[in-house]
Amino acid sequence: MELITKLIPLFPLLGFIIAALINRKLSKNTVAYIACVSVLFSFIGTLMVFFNLVNHHSAYEIKVFDWIQAGSFNASLTFLIDPLSSVFLLVITGIGFLIHVFSVGYMIHDDGFRRFFAYLNLFIFFMLLLVMGNNLLVTFIGWEGVGFCSFMLIGFWYKENKNNDAAKKAFVMNRIGDLGFLIAICLIFINYNSLNYTTFLTAGNISIDSPITLITICLFIGAMGKSAQIPLFTWLPDAMVGPTPVSALIHAATMVTAGIYMIARTNVLFSMAPDTMMFIAYIGIATALLGASIGLFQNDIKKVLAYSTVSQLGLMFLALGVGAYTAAVFHVVTHAFFKALLFLGSGSVIHGMGGEQDIRKMGGLKKHMPTTYITFLIGTIAISGIPPLAGFFSKDQILAEVFAQNKVLFILGMIASLMTVFYMFRLLFLTFFGKFRGTHEQEHHLHESPKSMTIPLVILAILAVVAGFIGFPHALGEAMHIHNWFDHFLSPIIGESLNHISLNTEIGLMLVTTVLIIIVVLIAKNVFITKETLPVAENAKLSPLKNLVYHKFYVDEVYDKFLSKPFVAISEFLNKVIDNQLVDGIVNGFGKITIVAGQNLRLLQSGNIGFYIFAIVSALILIFSIFLVN
Amino acid sequence: MEASINGVSLNYYIILSTVLFCIGVLGVMIRRNAIIMFMCIELMLNAVNLLMVAFSRYFGDTNGQVFVVFIMAVAAAEVAVGLAILMMIYRNAKTSDTEVLNQLKG
Amino acid sequence: MSISQYIFWFLSFVAVLSALIVVFAKNPIYSVLNLIITFFAIAGHYFLLNAQFLAAVHIIVYAGAIMVLFLYVIMMLNLNKETEPHKKQYVKLVAVVAAGLLMLTIIGSLKGAEAMVPAGIVNNNIGTVELIGDKLFGEFLLPFEVSSILLLSAMVGAVYLSKKELH
Repeated sequence: MELITKLIPLFPLLGFIIAALINRKLSKNTVAYIACVSVLFSFIGTLMVFFNLVNHHSAYEIKVFDWIQAGSFNASLTFLIDPLSSVFLLVITGIGFLIHVFSVGYMIHDDGFRRFFAYLNLFIFFMLLLVMGNNLLVTFIGWEGVGFCSFMLIGFWYKENKNNDAAKKAFVMNRIGDLGFLIAICLIFINYNSLNYTTFLTAGNISIDSPITLITICLFIGAMGKSAQIPLFTWLPDAMVGPTPVSALIHAATMVTAGIYMIARTNVLFSMAPDTMMFIAYIGIATALLGASIGLFQNDIKKVLAYSTVSQLGLMFLALGVGAYTAAVFHVVTHAFFKALLFLGSGSVIHGMGGEQDIRKMGGLKKHMPTTYITFLIGTIAISGIPPLAGFFSKDQILAEVFAQNKVLFILGMIASLMTVFYMFRLLFLTFFGKFRGTHEQEHHLHESPKSMTIPLVILAILAVVAGFIGFPHALGEAMHIHNWFDHFLSPIIGESLNHISLNTEIGLMLVTTVLIIIVVLIAKNVFITKETLPVAENAKLSPLKNLVYHKFYVDEVYDKFLSKPFVAISEFLNKVIDNQLVDGIVNGFGKITIVAGQNLRLLQSGNIGFYIFAIVSALILIFSIFLVN
Repeated sequence: MEASINGVSLNYYIILSTVLFCIGVLGVMIRRNAIIMFMCIELMLNAVNLLMVAFSRYFGDTNGQVFVVFIMAVAAAEVAVGLAILMMIYRNAKTSDTEVLNQLKG
Repeated sequence: MSISQYIFWFLSFVAVLSALIVVFAKNPIYSVLNLIITFFAIAGHYFLLNAQFLAAVHIIVYAGAIMVLFLYVIMMLNLNKETEPHKKQYVKLVAVVAAGLLMLTIIGSLKGAEAMVPAGIVNNNIGTVELIGDKLFGEFLLPFEVSSILLLSAMVGAVYLSKKELH
């Protein structure tokens, strides 16, 4: 088991090395084969590790090598396998593998095919490192590594400047969060004298006097950047300019959930900082509402999904904020399935449409792309939370726990999830129903995607249907004697949730939610199928509120005006005044002094020997005079 | 105490050598003919030699005179090479005036 | 005044006077001849200081070899005319002042040497050929041999420098 654990991250790394170093010699098929198989091996290894863990119920650590040892500081590359990390491992390698397979079909005509798979494998490696590390430093390496891969993949089509800008934006925003994370790491070491999860997270080690609130806030800032929470969320929608499989893997299923992983991992700290928890909950709900409301008016198929991701991540943070760590992790898992499914489905649509992403130009794709349609439909139902698909269980668990703690937050969360339902069905109806609105040429070109793309869709669709049952709600299971396996599995890492509501209330909430969801679906159907309402054009007149939402609350513009512009102005000032005049002036001044001095001192070399002798004699006189005076 | 041999004090020799040395220096400074300057250098060498011999005599140490022998050897070598160089210069530049030979002027 | 003192003053006078002529003579030939006289005067001083060996060597090397070489070069280059232009007056003045100052400071610096002379040790045999020979071939054997290499290389150098370009 030890060897297998070590091999899990090694396979993708090997795949990366092969794809990156000798890619020119290999055919596209070979590269695709190597990349997929390496992740498949990781997945198999993960499965073995996972079932071993399920059967023996014992978390373990495996040390690969000592990394830094200085005084009392000790950080080694050690892998920690426990329920939490194994769940994430399964999601990463499993979905990672499916997306690799999907990418083979999606990217086959792209020139950067080999480069793409090299980055993708590297990403899987870093993500595994992030999840498997047993101390914050290894996690941080993975954290930075996935950020880097995300940067490279967003800017994958680097010939277009807007892609590069989006990549830079993502990188810079992540950097802001990373700084918070780094500060938190330093604070944790200073206060608790260790970075190992198993050491510093023991309750006895954490003194009440230590600045827990500060540490947790810093950790949360790190999570904000990576998981796209207010105020650092704007990079995620922009990141959609990358290839669609990247959006599915990195910007929906795995990387953006790293923040949730990190908070769930250090939940002991967070539980001791109620102020931070409140803060997280408010940020989470605000993000959920903001993302969902912007999603209502987006016309780019991927942008809708991106804002949906932002919103869902906000929901997860809401869950974290109310102490429902298990529910958050559960939602990460189910969300990974259906959001990856939706993204891949949108990828399939884009592929079929020949690169078109605007839903106003789609419609009626149902009959052209049946597999994609069915899987997309399943994904939509799952994300909407209609029972008995995956989204229902996880979202219900979150909402139930929020209800137990704060009724206002519950209502807001409810609104956010109802908006989700609306915009998801809007997307579905506009894309697959009605008449085709694109050009004739596009219609002619329409085709179902190849097998390598549809098979992952089908598998993900199946998972999106069944995944929810691992966390079967206690309220429903009571009668049937089915317990919540997921809660139980994670219980060694995450303590029992403190939010209790009566079983009847929970069932009542479920019913209300479901009814509301169905009503919203019907409204959406009425608007987009019966009335065939089309989204407005870019510059149409709208009511002020709609206009505000349509333009994404002008968040980017506000950032630009109040952060970027002053920053650029300061940089400009530093460049023009400090650098060009002061620094360059000093440096050039030295040069000028040397030149002028040289030009003048040069004249002393008169070439006249008599003068030289005179100089020697003068010096001698001086020396002897000093000698005499002393 | 007046250190004198046959009534001649050491100071006399010091003054004499210094005077000769400074005449040599003066010559180098005011003349422009390279050969004359060279001769003045010889004069300076001899002034130093004289002082060396005088010290050797008054301090009762033979080493000083041995050094003078070596200085003479070096001086002979120097003159041989130096005059050869001067001849080359004269052959090429047709002058031995040091104010004309100022190609090293900065 | 003893006879030695008379001789000292006479020789000193001759040496300084002819040295001055070396510097100020217009014709290079006069300079050379006066330099020879200076060397003879210095050789006389060597005799006075009981350095007979050095006196002999001095006359042979300087008067006999070096000055002949000088004369020969001057003749060969045909420099025995008063062609040398003079430096400017103020340059000469500054040079004289500098030389005078140098003289004063050197004398001032060396004056203290007399007080260090050990009393009563007057060895008249210091300058004999025997003693110097002992030193040269004993204690200073290596430098002596090295100086022969120096002379050889100087000879080679002089020959090489003064021959006409062959190609």
